[in-house]
Amino acid sequence: MSVQQALIDYSLRLADNANVLGHRFCEWSGKGPMLEEDLALSNLGLDLLGQARSFYSYAAELKGDGCTEDDLAFLRDANEYKNLLLVEMPNGDFAVTMLRHLLFSAYYLPFFVALSQSNDKTLAAIAAKAEREMAYHLRHSAEWVIRLGDGTEDSLKRMQDAIMVLWPYTGEMFESDEIDQQLVDAGVAIDPESLREQWHATINEVFQRAGLVEPESVWMQTGGRTGVHTEHLGFMLAEMQFLQRSYPGAEW
Amino acid sequence: MNLKDTPLWEVFVRSKNGLSHQHVGSLHAVDATMALQNARDVYTRRAEGISLWVVPSNAITASDPVDRGEFFEPTASKVYRHPTFYEIPDEVGHM
Repeated sequence: MSVQQALIDYSLRLADNANVLGHRFCEWSGKGPMLEEDLALSNLGLDLLGQARSFYSYAAELKGDGCTEDDLAFLRDANEYKNLLLVEMPNGDFAVTMLRHLLFSAYYLPFFVALSQSNDKTLAAIAAKAEREMAYHLRHSAEWVIRLGDGTEDSLKRMQDAIMVLWPYTGEMFESDEIDQQLVDAGVAIDPESLREQWHATINEVFQRAGLVEPESVWMQTGGRTGVHTEHLGFMLAEMQFLQRSYPGAEW
Repeated sequence: MNLKDTPLWEVFVRSKNGLSHQHVGSLHAVDATMALQNARDVYTRRAEGISLWVVPSNAITASDPVDRGEFFEPTASKVYRHPTFYEIPDEVGHM
């Protein structure tokens, strides 16, 4: 595989992560538990959408075949999406949404910090901007997980249930394949395994403050990064892509 | 979410250095930390500020509208409290 192709695939994975998770947050719009949190969730979603646009634009530029960021977002099917399974997990209740984002942002913050030193100037620039956004995402989700875990009997149970649902999807974050390896060797990409220790320390600290228990080692799901998804992604893309599929090229 | 678990907070934003914090509104939040984060998300979405204060609304002692007469009306007839009877030298410029 050429470095160019690896870079396209790498950018698309990052774009898909941000796009899918951003859409999940958009699904909360108007349904948040309170007005203040409704806005907060939309803010998180919009940050992610901005990151998705940057990565899609870069991928489109690298492909150089005239495709646009919109084509990549709205005209690719589920098996062409390369996001982590974690980010396509349904919102569930507020506990699931906040835990999902804690698990993700505790990984993505150190990831962006590292990527901002990439040899690839574009990836480094996107990461440098996204790093600050992700720091706030981690802060906000961690505070909620602590309050829900250390809250009422009901909120603790919901939080612990959420852990059981989502934990099997955390292993995939630290996988790497030839795409990663090739770019790591070139000083462009980040070795996911190098982020595991920091991620685990963050999660551990939050769980302790929240009174939550980390599961014993469990079977880890995998597949998103190669296009093998849960049944949830197809439904999400159907809604997200409906307009462009039905009215190709529609603009407003 | 139960409103009794989310008391009211008053939000103050300082738009830039050198200016004072201005009251911009209120919000509900479970505690001070979350009130600050919610204030960030509700009131500074469009780069309105560089500093935030949140204060529990019940910490504010307010004047009673009934007292408006004795509190504020007497000042209406005391024009000499306004510094409008002084000639400002030209060198001072705009004040």
